Amino acid sequence: MNMKLKSFRIGGIHPVENKLTSDVQTKVAELPKKAIFPLSQHIGTPAKPVVNKGDHVKVGQMIAASGGFVSAPILSSVSGTILKIDSVFDATGYRKPAIIIKVDGDEWIDSIDRSDKLEKLSEHSEFTSEEIIKRIKDAGITGMGGAGFPTYIKLTPPSGNTAEYVIINGVECEPYITSDYRLMMEHPDEILVGIELLMKATNVKLVFIGIEDNKPEAIKLLSDKCHLDYPSISVVALKQKYPQGGEKQLVDAILGRRVPAPPAIPVNVGAIVQNVGTAFAVYEAVMKHKPLIERYTTVTGKKLSGPCNFKVRIGTPVSDLIEACGGLPDGSNKILAGGPMMGKSLTTTEVPICKGTNAVTILSDAEARRKDPQPCIRCAKCVSACPMGLEPFLIATLSAMRNWDKSEKEDIISCIECGSCQYTCPAHRPLLDNIRLGKSTVMGIIKARNAVNKKETNDGK
Amino acid sequence: MNFILIAVIVLCLIALVSALILYLCSKKFAVHEDPRISEVAALLPQANCGGCGFPGCSGMADALVKAADKGSIKGLTCPVGGLEVMTHVANTLNLSYAQTEPKIAVVRCNGACSYRPKTNEYSGMLTCSAINICGTGETNCGYGCLGCGDCVSACQFNAIHINEKTKLPQVDENKCTSCGACVTACPRDIIELRKKGPKGRRVFVSCVNSEKGPHALKSCKVACIGCGKCEEVCPFGAISIKENLSYIDYEICRSCRKCERVCPTNAILTVNFPVAKDKKMESQVKQIVAQKL
Repeated sequence: MNMKLKSFRIGGIHPVENKLTSDVQTKVAELPKKAIFPLSQHIGTPAKPVVNKGDHVKVGQMIAASGGFVSAPILSSVSGTILKIDSVFDATGYRKPAIIIKVDGDEWIDSIDRSDKLEKLSEHSEFTSEEIIKRIKDAGITGMGGAGFPTYIKLTPPSGNTAEYVIINGVECEPYITSDYRLMMEHPDEILVGIELLMKATNVKLVFIGIEDNKPEAIKLLSDKCHLDYPSISVVALKQKYPQGGEKQLVDAILGRRVPAPPAIPVNVGAIVQNVGTAFAVYEAVMKHKPLIERYTTVTGKKLSGPCNFKVRIGTPVSDLIEACGGLPDGSNKILAGGPMMGKSLTTTEVPICKGTNAVTILSDAEARRKDPQPCIRCAKCVSACPMGLEPFLIATLSAMRNWDKSEKEDIISCIECGSCQYTCPAHRPLLDNIRLGKSTVMGIIKARNAVNKKETNDGK
Repeated sequence: MNFILIAVIVLCLIALVSALILYLCSKKFAVHEDPRISEVAALLPQANCGGCGFPGCSGMADALVKAADKGSIKGLTCPVGGLEVMTHVANTLNLSYAQTEPKIAVVRCNGACSYRPKTNEYSGMLTCSAINICGTGETNCGYGCLGCGDCVSACQFNAIHINEKTKLPQVDENKCTSCGACVTACPRDIIELRKKGPKGRRVFVSCVNSEKGPHALKSCKVACIGCGKCEEVCPFGAISIKENLSYIDYEICRSCRKCERVCPTNAILTVNFPVAKDKKMESQVKQIVAQKL
């Protein structure tokens, strides 16, 4: 591997890694006493509850059905009785409707195969593309990397687009998080079968697994296995740089193709990007009939006495996991669902682990506190850091001035909210705060405009 | 001598030709503006606040004249100038102007620090709209005032301020022109334009929390819990409960204040009413005074 390592072309930063839990074997988290299932754990329409208060459910039973085209069902990860359907705080910081289950024993539905035997695709030639996608849809699988887009939609590209490659995202560029790394180390065979299933589902012949060079063991393990058994899958070692795990950055790094501004998606340039966690979930859903009820999550933080990786049932409150790691450190802490760069800060530890929660990061007061913003010194560090080629200082100022038209022209909606600009700013300016506000406002304006245009064309007809 | 004469003649000719071009252009490209527009614009207060919904006072004048051509200027009002200015405008346009009730911005959140416990700390950009997209803010109420003063900076008339004690915005009744700038600035739709009421007396529900009662009460002691007592007691049917939240229709409300008395969480506020005389207290005071004398 003496050739130059690949990476995305513009911008990027190098935050301190702090991967405290790289070598910590994954523990199976204890069953929670009470499991909470927010109805919108994915992007799109919230799921619709199909159970009532007092009903008894088993592990793997559907408790909420898909609520629309862009949606995913929710399946119970525990067995017990439905306590109530109420609103609870989720990672957005607001109360959202959720199903709460009082856990009672651990009774699984019969169709789930709980053995550890590796099922290979070559032994199951009966699977068709439609069958695989249907099973993925029914298992409630959404992107496991964090954004939570329903996987089955990604696997059926819009008409006019064909997928040439599947890219598996094992980058994990965000500091602290090691859940994907542990998954790759502990279940490489299952992931590779999962990838085969994804290939079959999308009818793609070539797959790349992108892994950053700070995980040499995972690169070696997976490439050795690919050399032996999976000739169409190749592992690409990438130069470590944040935010390489972003879909668009990863497509650029591996294929050298740029995804145009939104609403374009990677499949417009011929790539479907899936997380390694998603590949594993696909394996379990298709081969073992096991829906998405568990996930790998890192609970980490420098002050935490025992940071650890967990295999945890979805719906477990964050507080349970923190207790299992030795409890919250003294003093005030910042608790993030996700990593320190893109994680959402939580206002309460009763927030459950959702389908997309890849980590819980706990920062101490000193680490989390922001410094006072100083005037911009026009150093343009944010411009060179932006992986989307935007001018963060400009769009931040424009949205602070509420100049939405100009913000839109400066392509504010291309921002992926990675936080590189704010991280690199020597004047500690709240760049991302402003941009996020501008982006959400501009998206609202565009949506309203499109609705009006649509109505007008309909009226015209 | 000859040179001077030629120069003068040539210059005169150039001036003549230019004047002719200018004259023709001014005739050909003349923009006809209704003289009434400038007349009306002169009557408007020239605050250019946009409170009427038009770009500045000239925009409003244009709209007024166009509306007058159609027969009525109903619905158009200058919040700054009020009735006086609008009557002048109507007279100039040979129309009558029906009085619309004066309105005022009302802050529908009473969650002062003592009622709404602080549950976490926010560090980041200090504007309400920035906090609003991050979560509930420093308290657990996802509907209440964030106290960073987006409304204060939106107000052009210096009529709204953050109260130091309660950390809630306070509207200056004399300065508020009901232009509605604060209403659009508030990311949580807390501020509403309501009828000012006779002698400034008005009754309103000072809460916009539409969570179920127990949740609302947990995050704020003075939240509306949607219990429906006010709806029951209202003799005029002005109160409706929607999504666990009571709303008083100011068009129907007759300010009887029965609802205020039954509200278990004191979420209904009444302002500018005279303080009710406490007879017991008064007699006690009289006794003390008599004793001293």
